[in-house]
Amino acid sequence: MTPFASVLGPRGWAAFLGIGLVLLVGVPILNLLPASSPFHIPNYLVPLLGKYACYAILALAMDLVWGYAGILSLGHGAFFALGGYCMGMYLMRQIGTRGVYGHPVLPDFMVFLNWKELPWYWHGFDWFIFAAFMALAVPALLAFVFGWFAFRSRVTGVYLSIITQALTFALLLAFFRNDMGFGGNNGLTDFKDILGFEMQAPATRRGLYVASILALGLSFLACRVIVTSRLGKVLLAVRDAESRVRFLGYSVTNAKLFAFTVSAILAGLAGALYVPQVGIINPSEFSPANSIEIAIWVAVGGRGTLVGAILGAGLVNWFKTWLTGAAPEIWLFFLGALFILVTLAMPAGVIGLAKQLRRKRPPAAAGAPAE
Amino acid sequence: MNVTSLALKQPVPEVTRAPSRALATSADTLLYLDGVTVSFDGFKALNNLSLVIDRGELRTIIGPNGAGKTTMMDVITGKTKPDTGTVVFGANVDLTKLDETAIANLGIGRKFQKPTVFENLTVFENLELALKGERGMWKTLRALLNGEQRGRIAEVLKTIGLSERPAETAGALSHGQKQWLEIGMLLIQDQQLLLLDEPVAGMTDHETKQTAELILTLAGSRTVVVVEHDMEFVRSLGARVTVLHEGSVLAEGSIDHVQSHPRVIEVYLGR
Repeated sequence: MTPFASVLGPRGWAAFLGIGLVLLVGVPILNLLPASSPFHIPNYLVPLLGKYACYAILALAMDLVWGYAGILSLGHGAFFALGGYCMGMYLMRQIGTRGVYGHPVLPDFMVFLNWKELPWYWHGFDWFIFAAFMALAVPALLAFVFGWFAFRSRVTGVYLSIITQALTFALLLAFFRNDMGFGGNNGLTDFKDILGFEMQAPATRRGLYVASILALGLSFLACRVIVTSRLGKVLLAVRDAESRVRFLGYSVTNAKLFAFTVSAILAGLAGALYVPQVGIINPSEFSPANSIEIAIWVAVGGRGTLVGAILGAGLVNWFKTWLTGAAPEIWLFFLGALFILVTLAMPAGVIGLAKQLRRKRPPAAAGAPAE
Repeated sequence: MNVTSLALKQPVPEVTRAPSRALATSADTLLYLDGVTVSFDGFKALNNLSLVIDRGELRTIIGPNGAGKTTMMDVITGKTKPDTGTVVFGANVDLTKLDETAIANLGIGRKFQKPTVFENLTVFENLELALKGERGMWKTLRALLNGEQRGRIAEVLKTIGLSERPAETAGALSHGQKQWLEIGMLLIQDQQLLLLDEPVAGMTDHETKQTAELILTLAGSRTVVVVEHDMEFVRSLGARVTVLHEGSVLAEGSIDHVQSHPRVIEVYLGR
């Protein structure tokens, strides 16, 4: 394994720990300040920031497959949603008799559908560890099986993007059906508590936020370990000259399968942390447009940089929150325009732009002697 | 040099060679093609091609455009599957049953006509990826260079004249330097059989001369097959020459022999 120090440079570690600490400790402390304080972070902002952290994990997952291995997956929303559904199933089971119908075992929607017993695939989800495991294992398994067929048959480029869109669309349609047993159109919601903590309580919100930031930090480090290893270089090589890699004796299929499966696990993790913070999971998370949006975050931030993915997810979603509040009808036009603009004007994204600007400055100002 | 045989993950398909073949083969044969035909939409890129390469041999292959030189390399390296025919490596490995990765791990390396190095990786990283060793995913994830391997990379950097620029991105190299880097990648991969498709295309006369010297030092310890158009270069290698034409062998022998061959003059050299 790559030595600890070389996963990030000394400056990188400093920045990582600095920013990490501010997000991890600073935000909860500012939230705890009395509301009269000018530095107080209001309660509604904590789960919002937690949600952005989940999106950032999802963007990291996307950057690993797209930015490094060159696989433009437009179905990553599916892995995210599956992770979310697994967590949602746990949260549903936690409701117990507090549902509208007060049934001791069945969630409300099953009572409503006149079901008599819990479907077999719901068993075990009353246990948090099981649900958490499944939130990672289900996306991983789907990615592995899907990837095995696709990469072995050498489906690449736009064709792969299209079948990933088909994958998420097929799941969207499946999850819309009431007899799938996942709440159909309405999905899973009305959650009461998680691990015994009340969902709506500010302290629970802070806990979920902290968990999301920790998960983001660990995901980032895991991705760094991969991309700085020799396997990371193989992935870049696959992206740039796939067939040449085969003649070096590496299995392109296995390399892609590794990246795709790890990426699906990260997406599942993001989904599992996302659902308790937004309080609902429904089939719209599978919509093809959602998956395309993930690619846009990464493109805006800068592909193949990891930091860019986090930045892009934060920037675009922050803007989305603002714009869908101010003028919801123009959001999609804006998103489309953003994608075109980024593709044409800044193919390396915000990170690339920053690098370019730094290069244009005189070397003394850029602190070159420190290198 | 370390020449331990690579452990194969997948079983190697075996063939029994029919004793009645017209081609003379012996224990020294490393590569054996017999009756290989490849057609693309009716066009026969290879037409009943038969070729025998001995262990340690240096062989040059010439022929006009469309003669099937690159298709032949595609067949040997598993990129293209022949319609009919036998392709045997070593004693009894049937190459037509294996994919590119498995064939590369058997010890067959290839340099492409258009230099293909990994442009976004550095010169050093290109060589690191090619370095002989384990190719499994977990092993690759955990791989670290040891002193011996670093030494080997430094050695090859020197051989290919890029000692000064290990940290340069491969995309920034000149055409000739990319050709050399790709040759370096073959060297560090430590393959038994090297297939070089137009190794001196786009090189200056001086670089061409150096490349010829490098190839001559390899012959003997490895088997080298060179496809080339540059007749001066072919002559400087002084090796046995095979002339391909319309997908099969037109003539074979010393450079003087093929250059005086009436059919070769007619279809290739005379124009």
